[in-house]
Amino acid sequence: MSDIADRVKKIVVEHLGVEEDKVTETASFIDDLGADSLDTVELVMAFEEEFGIEIPDDAAETIQTFGDAVKFISEAV
Amino acid sequence: MFDLTGKSALVTGASGGIGGAIAKALHGAGAKVALSGTRVEPLEALAAELGEGAYVCPANLSDADSVEALPKAAVAAMGSLDILVNNAGITRDNLFMRMSDEEWQSVLDVNLTSAFRLMRGSLRGMMKARWGRIVSVSSIVGATGNPGQGNYAAAKAGLVGMSKSLAYEVASRGITVNCVAPGFIATAMTEKLNDEQKGKILGQIPAGRMGSAEEIAAAVLYLASPEAGYVTGATLHVNGGMAMI
Repeated sequence: MSDIADRVKKIVVEHLGVEEDKVTETASFIDDLGADSLDTVELVMAFEEEFGIEIPDDAAETIQTFGDAVKFISEAV
Repeated sequence: MFDLTGKSALVTGASGGIGGAIAKALHGAGAKVALSGTRVEPLEALAAELGEGAYVCPANLSDADSVEALPKAAVAAMGSLDILVNNAGITRDNLFMRMSDEEWQSVLDVNLTSAFRLMRGSLRGMMKARWGRIVSVSSIVGATGNPGQGNYAAAKAGLVGMSKSLAYEVASRGITVNCVAPGFIATAMTEKLNDEQKGKILGQIPAGRMGSAEEIAAAVLYLASPEAGYVTGATLHVNGGMAMI
């Protein structure tokens, strides 16, 4: 697994308090990992800080799964 | 009780009577305070009076860029922003049928839209800290209406609805969002009233007197305190019984 995916996973595990093996490529933050809408905003904020990037609101809306997040961030950094 | 040591507060409209009293109360409870307003001179005089832990952050709340920059300036000055007090307000009174779009818009911009932007700009730090206090100074007329103040009453009622909505969203993050609604408060503005006008107003106040800026500041201090952590989405009316709502 790439370094970016590791760092994203760490943030998701810490923030949502879920088991690491639940955070799979297709795991939806809301449907599978128990996030509410405010959690997703906070995750995006945490990604922005960890990777020093800006994630605009319309892009943030497309980040639904762990895989989406890794893909978006890999392209943005 | 009500110890704010280690907390940082931003107070808008701190050059006015109520805003100044709020800044003094929060500072007196141990908070660092960023004093905001358009007129720099009274802000600097107040900062000098308060001494250590008081910072001047001028801003023009009718200008969007100036508003966006204000929470950042407050964080730069104080290191964090834990307490936001939306106190600044203007009036442009006119009878409804004569009210211009400009009179309407300027009051909505300063009294409501700037509060929205300041809240939005303050939330990130509060969310991360899992602690925050937002207190907006509404008005009795936001609940009762007042002839000649359609714009002002709309903005003040708007603060209440906006605060309740945000209170829902961030309650689970340790952030409370409340309003204080003053009645008639003795300030430079009310000193201009003649005896007949004053008598008329006092006749409607069961307490038989106008309130003081310090009595509004005390309500804000309570809502900003750790002890008020279970109070959110509320409006605390401080009006001598003028409207019991």
